[in-house]
Amino acid sequence: MQTHNHEPEISRQRSRRTFLKWSGGAIGALAISGGLLPNFGISSALAADLGAGDIGVLNYAYALEQLEAAFYTKVIASPYADMSDDEKLVLTDIRDHEVEHRDFLKKALADKAIPDLEVDFSAIDFSKRASVLGTAKVFEDLGVSAYNGAGKLIENPDYLTAAGKIVSVEARHAATIRDLLQPGSVAFAGPDVVDKNGLDVANSVADVLKAAGPFIKTEVTANSIVGMK
Amino acid sequence: MMNNTHTLLGQLDPDLVSTLVGNRRGIFASAAKSLGIWASAPLVLAAVSTEVFAKHLPKQIEDTLVFALTLEHIEDAFYRSALEKEFIPKKHRDVFTTIGLHEAQHVEFLSGVLAKAAVKRPELDFTAGGKYADVFSNFDTFLTLSQTFEDLGVAAYKGQAGNLMESDDILTAALQIHSVEARHAAAVRRIGGKKAWDGAFDEPMTKEDVLAAAKPFLKA
Repeated sequence: MQTHNHEPEISRQRSRRTFLKWSGGAIGALAISGGLLPNFGISSALAADLGAGDIGVLNYAYALEQLEAAFYTKVIASPYADMSDDEKLVLTDIRDHEVEHRDFLKKALADKAIPDLEVDFSAIDFSKRASVLGTAKVFEDLGVSAYNGAGKLIENPDYLTAAGKIVSVEARHAATIRDLLQPGSVAFAGPDVVDKNGLDVANSVADVLKAAGPFIKTEVTANSIVGMK
Repeated sequence: MMNNTHTLLGQLDPDLVSTLVGNRRGIFASAAKSLGIWASAPLVLAAVSTEVFAKHLPKQIEDTLVFALTLEHIEDAFYRSALEKEFIPKKHRDVFTTIGLHEAQHVEFLSGVLAKAAVKRPELDFTAGGKYADVFSNFDTFLTLSQTFEDLGVAAYKGQAGNLMESDDILTAALQIHSVEARHAAAVRRIGGKKAWDGAFDEPMTKEDVLAAAKPFLKA
């Protein structure tokens, strides 16, 4: 994937429509969702705005992949005591995938990439299986819902395909983590994530940032994703 | 991830696409049914219903959804046939019942969106002319084909996403199906004692390659 400066005419038309639609309610939702206030006077080291257009969406994905990569890196660096061989294999693979996703997006964004985010994992007990796998389940399902919800915001079809190459792997992670928590059950695609039409969850940028907020010290704002342009 | 599907690749029949696309259901079938779908699908109702009922789906979107519906028909029929038999180990039966339910929901959902453009289930042969003769009696054979269809579905939706960009709601719904197929693929792979993934990135497949992979299971 490369960053294209050139967008086809049809993409620009789509994007206008998208941003008109978003500018109605989403700014208010972002402003009240906590940790997402406009970054007046906050130094750039403590805050990151995702940017506009496809750059904004890619930075959004990059932020989530940073979070996931940091989490699994710590999981493998300090494994919980009763981690089975299967779990170790799974969690190591997932760590490697998230690091690849993070690095892929960073490279694609180049000088448009947001800075390294400072994470806050104080609520996670890395010595406890339930805490680690419970958090992994939240992160994976959140990642799937984030990509599903943000696909429509992407203007360049190549970026959409690239996001698609990542999201289905996140869904494979989610199903696997769910299977570790409830082996052999139907939780891999349970009714809490798959609705009566057989559809997975799709969440808005605002809702995802709100859910991820407690785990990220750096203030992440999406002002330009919803407002400008 | 395509190791298994590659073994199923056959020569693409140039008439196949038109055969599939030409197999339309009658107007009668969709009218009442699609109303029910709309009522239960607030996600797409607002933005999509205007397109469907007032000026029809854009041609590119319609063609893409017909392709998706054909794949869902194959998956739906595959699990229906399997679950009629007793060969699936009891401890795995709930998983395949759940997967089959989702495929049936996808068929109904896409049929509702397509309305009168929806296609009927094609005639299918899951033994692929005898190659998988024990597909519905040997769990290992069944697992192999199940993984093939699920991984194929993931690659197919991924390859078509760009063709749905004109409708935000339809693109989103397709992505929501795409990740459910990936959850299925992961579960099926784990039951088969395999990793749930082949790497950090899942590759897309073109419509032509997907149809070629599906062709052995379609009756001429």
